[in-house]
Amino acid sequence: MTSPILRLNDVKTHFPVDSGFLTRKRTGTVKAVDGVSLTVARGEVLGLVGESGCGKSTLARTILQLVPTTAGTVILEGKNLTSATAGEILTARRDLQMVFQDPFASLNPRLTVYATLAEPLLVHRVVTAGQVRARVAQLMEKVGLSPQFMEKYPHEFSGGQRQRIAIARALALEPKVIVADEPVSALDVSIQAQILNLLAKLCREMNLALIFIAHDLSVVKHISDRIAVMYLGKIVELGPAADVIERPRHPYTRALVSAIPTPDPDRERTKKRLVLAGDLPSPLNPPSGCAFHPRCPYAQTKCQTIVPPLIPAGPNREAACIRLDEI
Amino acid sequence: MPLLEVTDLRTSFHTRSGVYRAVDGVSFSLEKGETLGLVGESGSGKSVTCYSLMGLVPQPPGRIESGRAMFDGIDLLHCPAAQLRAIRGKRIAMIFQDPMTSLNPYLRISEQLIEPLLIHQKISKADALARGLAMLEAVGINDAANRLHSYPHEFSGGMRQRVMIAMALITRPEILIADEPTTALDVTVQAQILELIKNLQSELGMAVIFVTHDLGVVSGLCDRVQVMYAGRIVETADTRTLFHSPRHPYTRALQRSIPSLQPKGRELYTIPGLPPDLSNPIAGCAFVPRCEYATDLCRATDPRLLPVDPTQATACLRVQAGEL
Ligand SMILES: Nc1ncnc2c1ncn2[C@@H]1O[C@H](COP(=O)(O)OP(=O)(O)O)[C@@H](O)[C@H]1O
Ligand SMILES: Nc1ncnc2c1ncn2[C@@H]1O[C@H](COP(=O)(O)OP(=O)(O)O)[C@@H](O)[C@H]1O
Ligand code: SF4
Ligand SMILES: [Mg+2]
Ligand SMILES: [Mg+2]
Repeated sequence: MTSPILRLNDVKTHFPVDSGFLTRKRTGTVKAVDGVSLTVARGEVLGLVGESGCGKSTLARTILQLVPTTAGTVILEGKNLTSATAGEILTARRDLQMVFQDPFASLNPRLTVYATLAEPLLVHRVVTAGQVRARVAQLMEKVGLSPQFMEKYPHEFSGGQRQRIAIARALALEPKVIVADEPVSALDVSIQAQILNLLAKLCREMNLALIFIAHDLSVVKHISDRIAVMYLGKIVELGPAADVIERPRHPYTRALVSAIPTPDPDRERTKKRLVLAGDLPSPLNPPSGCAFHPRCPYAQTKCQTIVPPLIPAGPNREAACIRLDEI
Repeated sequence: MPLLEVTDLRTSFHTRSGVYRAVDGVSFSLEKGETLGLVGESGSGKSVTCYSLMGLVPQPPGRIESGRAMFDGIDLLHCPAAQLRAIRGKRIAMIFQDPMTSLNPYLRISEQLIEPLLIHQKISKADALARGLAMLEAVGINDAANRLHSYPHEFSGGMRQRVMIAMALITRPEILIADEPTTALDVTVQAQILELIKNLQSELGMAVIFVTHDLGVVSGLCDRVQVMYAGRIVETADTRTLFHSPRHPYTRALQRSIPSLQPKGRELYTIPGLPPDLSNPIAGCAFVPRCEYATDLCRATDPRLLPVDPTQATACLRVQAGEL
């Protein structure tokens, strides 16, 4: 197997929590990302799912080094970003780009599409000044926008079109990895599908690795080669997309899969549903042992004390549950 | 006699850039205890339909152009404001996607919860609080006795949704209008809320209008489904029929675009084109520009919603002519 383009080794991103605005007493730590190890191969699409608050965005921002890493390493093409200088990180950003959920917030409202896309090209001297226009036009076509809209502003576009602009900007420097944080969550279903098709096409054509983040399994299923399921800062299941969804091993993944409403009234009314009780617990005060145990229908006393490691669970699959063989 | 009968509802928005026909001739009825799904892409007029019934359309720019909505002999669209307010707090309740639409951030849950009881019913404050507590327990708030006096921000998103449901249901309404109450939630929490609505409905025997853009959600919850497109109802059928034999080309396209029904690895199907601009008058069928079956007749004639089956009505000329 070729060496991965991106490798995360036991990455932790913790946030100190203060209370009392005079004393600033450190009262706790939010372990938003708490020991994540992952690899992403060139051209691979990795879907990252989990309920809101489980740490997906923090993991994305950690990979991009937008937040300080508490422990562990993020390695892009052999280069350790966690020990890199600011200058080195800036260079690495050419290869590593991000797309956000809300393109309206991530695009400068005062810049035209042309200015938005020309900026990275000029800053990183990707093309000469004379070639910028042609290059911007090319980028727009690549994401399915007509270059005739080059002089328009973000607010003149629909949500789906704005997301295309954000994707074009991420592509401007021909990166090797894109981290897309819920890029379709704010869009209408039909527009979601168009953006998913676009991202899939770009990955194929450009041999681009993509970490695609969503809180909804049904969205990642189609686009991902592999899926990683996250719960309270940790990966609890990892494997080929179809396997994970059709034969989930971890009880949490099972619950996520069973919660997806199926568009088949007969199945929907007869299927055994695994409804989880309660919400995601606070990462400020995570449950002991397996963090999922208070909501897990299979939990036993031992689950309250043993922290389950991610262990092999079938071909190319891993899951973090000590009862894997019994359930 | 149906519990609610809506006839030819038309609601427009008169803005500087034109007149938007958000709801363009909607008729339907709701039976006692029935769960009716209202499905369509965003902008199709689902919320404005609900707001019209509840007297919540901002006027101006909104205007109810025509129609009737008969509920127990009262026309909700034309009755005096005081009468509508009395019905709205008590007999018809509504919940929203964002629970903060109905929750006041500065008031304790307890006060907000019992307010409708104190206004609409002869009941002591202590009795009202006891009912409030029972309702919080019924919607699955753990440790309800201690949380009764909390403020909304002390609850998580899913819990706030439960509090809003408790508030809506405390007067035991005959109709609950739920406007995408689970759209912003995680699937796990959505499953809990759907289960909760189902249980409370059978317990209270109320009718529910459940609005969503997600066909998957209605399949397990609703008795009947209505599909909206560009301010009109294009198809209505009992849930099984709608899923097993959708007839309208738009319903069929919607179903085809559900990711989980599509073969893996292939490109996801998307409906070509965009919904029409509602500020331009639409001659004929609103779906024409996106419909692969459209003919010249479709462009000229506005299709009416007519029965094509004992349990199904479809507003498509070609379906009605037996050609599709
Ligand atoms: N800058 C920060 N300071 C303190 N806590 C944070 C910060 N950013 C995120 N968190 C917390 O970390 C947890 C994970 O958040 P996030 O990564 O945004 O989750 P997700 O993207 O999966 O919804 C949450 O509990 C959130 O409140
Ligand atoms: N306050 C308003 N002012 C102007 N137009 C409005 C207003 N509210 C709704 N509309 C119009 O009504 C149409 C239907 O909106 P809505 O009922 O909210 O759709 P849905 O709930 O199906 O997403 C929208 O396309 C919009 O053009
Ligand atoms: S009426 Fe005509 S255009 Fe409209 S859906 Fe039917 S076939 Fe298509
Ligand atoms: Mg996030
Ligand atoms: Mg709406």
